[in-house]
Amino acid sequence: MKHDFSDLRLDRVTRRFAGAGGHAFAALNELTLTVKRGEFICLLGPSGCGKSTALNCIAGLMQLSGGSIWLDEQRIDTLPPEKRGFGMVFQNYALFPHMTVAKNIGFGLRMRGVRAAEIAPRVAHALKLVQLTGQEHKLPGQLSGGQQQRVAIARAIVIEPPLVLMDEPLSNLDAKLRIETRAEIRRIHKELDRATIYVTHDQDEALSLADRIVVMKDGVVQQIAPPHQVYAQPANLHVARFMGYRNVLELDVVREEGDRVELKGSDIVLTGVRMQPLNGARAALAIRPDEIVVGEGPGGLNTVSARVENVEYGGRDSLLDVVTQSGMLLHVRGPVTTALGDTVRVHVPIERALVYPLD
Amino acid sequence: MTTRTDASPRAKFDPALLLVVPAAAFMLLVFVYPFLNGLVDSFNPKKGGWLANYSHFFSTDNLWPTIWTTLKLALPATLINVGFALPIAYKMRVKSRYQRWITTILVVPITLGTVLIAEGMLTYFGPKGWLAQFLQFFHLYEGSIRLTHNYWGVLISLVISGFPFAFLLILSYITGIDPVLARAASTLGADPKSQFRQIYLPLLAPGLAMCFCLAFVQAFSVFPSAVLLGSPAGPTRVISIAAYEAAFEQYDYSLASAIAMIMGFVQLIIVAAVLGLRNLFYRGPVSGGKG
Repeated sequence: MKHDFSDLRLDRVTRRFAGAGGHAFAALNELTLTVKRGEFICLLGPSGCGKSTALNCIAGLMQLSGGSIWLDEQRIDTLPPEKRGFGMVFQNYALFPHMTVAKNIGFGLRMRGVRAAEIAPRVAHALKLVQLTGQEHKLPGQLSGGQQQRVAIARAIVIEPPLVLMDEPLSNLDAKLRIETRAEIRRIHKELDRATIYVTHDQDEALSLADRIVVMKDGVVQQIAPPHQVYAQPANLHVARFMGYRNVLELDVVREEGDRVELKGSDIVLTGVRMQPLNGARAALAIRPDEIVVGEGPGGLNTVSARVENVEYGGRDSLLDVVTQSGMLLHVRGPVTTALGDTVRVHVPIERALVYPLD
Repeated sequence: MTTRTDASPRAKFDPALLLVVPAAAFMLLVFVYPFLNGLVDSFNPKKGGWLANYSHFFSTDNLWPTIWTTLKLALPATLINVGFALPIAYKMRVKSRYQRWITTILVVPITLGTVLIAEGMLTYFGPKGWLAQFLQFFHLYEGSIRLTHNYWGVLISLVISGFPFAFLLILSYITGIDPVLARAASTLGADPKSQFRQIYLPLLAPGLAMCFCLAFVQAFSVFPSAVLLGSPAGPTRVISIAAYEAAFEQYDYSLASAIAMIMGFVQLIIVAAVLGLRNLFYRGPVSGGKG
């Protein structure tokens, strides 16, 4: 098992399962990705999108139905998990309940035949890294969820793996602990200078942790890009929806000029930026609630009159549901002074209104 | 003086507790009373002092060795049952196409009574039984086959009737262990052998001890097969036969009670020893964390 590597390559990695009626369906379809040393990759998608399947395939817990996995020049998808030497953090931690914290963390080292005299200091170092010094003689059942999670992380990284795999490691923690542990995971990743592949369905987590995000749906990769790009330039309508573009309006295409598209509904006319070639007379315009501005646009362009139908107080601002005369619903962030039944003018900035073909 | 209020830590009487009454009455009538009756009876011998039955048992040549005779049958039978059930149950822990069939076949003997098993074994394992005829027909073994009316007949029947019991118990313990633990161990470098030794075995140990105790108690009280398949006058004269003879051939209920008490005491010693060993192992929940 080597610790120095330059990249991990997934080449058309595919995993099929027997589905209903004997039809095989691909839980993971031709995932191709190169992970560089030092990179933090997030696999992001709703449940059932194949992200955990991908992780299990990389770890060796699942056989591939097609494709191959390479660590530099070595093909590893034919190796059993114990020969791959990747560290894995499981969603439910999977700590060994009959072993103390120290024994749990030292397990991987013992399996590698490391001498006892060498294990102790390395375990101590890992404990320090996850800030659990002093807890080494406790059993996992005596720790809180957050502490158990950190033991799981320490156990995975003490073997100094080239690659750390994390399967929704924060989903069992409460909101405050989740944000703290998130920062810690990022810090540990930087300190180890290896690679991390992290599975999550939480876009905030992916945005804050990743160097690159792999957005998946139904086993197929939708977009591979840095967080700011996935956030601001979703590759397709599915990614846009998943990244918080709550307003998706289906409208008629009036005309296209360069990458600008003018769209029209029964009582609104909006212009947006085309993200993908359009394929018909209708298209979808997607925009985030926080990017719609309450007020008049320049020259009254891209501005819509609507009535406030619902107000959700959010502290700094309120989330408003506004409805146009013809019944088109928009989610908008607006001032907390807005009241139910008010009529407002809202402006959709052209650069932030993304136009996609209908799916 | 304090006044009781609703907030007092002493809970009010819960009528649901009355549900215990039938079971408690049943225990009193069919277990506690007969046991105490037998215990008292064993100290009222037909003749001699209050310990006469016990001194008679331990000084009579066809009584006290029955303890060893029974142990010599029950301990190997239990070890075989638990020892074979463990690897098979371990293999059966994952769902496969054959799992249900194999489990069913292994468990069927539990539905057969010991007498039925004995009848079948006499036909199959007897000197002119199917097994002997088969081996001789194919010239696989020419010597005489003696697997009934001796020690081996009883041992085999104890395995046949006891194995499904041990298998089912161990299978339920094994399937209770979260398989993600073994997967976690494999990502940490544990090969299948180490996964079994380091993860499954320590977590199973308390269950195995429990299974050993139950299987042992069952085997130690062997009676029908020791009579039908063994040689009840010789090598399979087990302790229950001695008690039966005392009660129904010599009509000495007091001595029979004493033998039953000794039988129970021996079982208790073995069970206590095994459960004592069990305390050396981890006995908490066997999941890997929240989930």
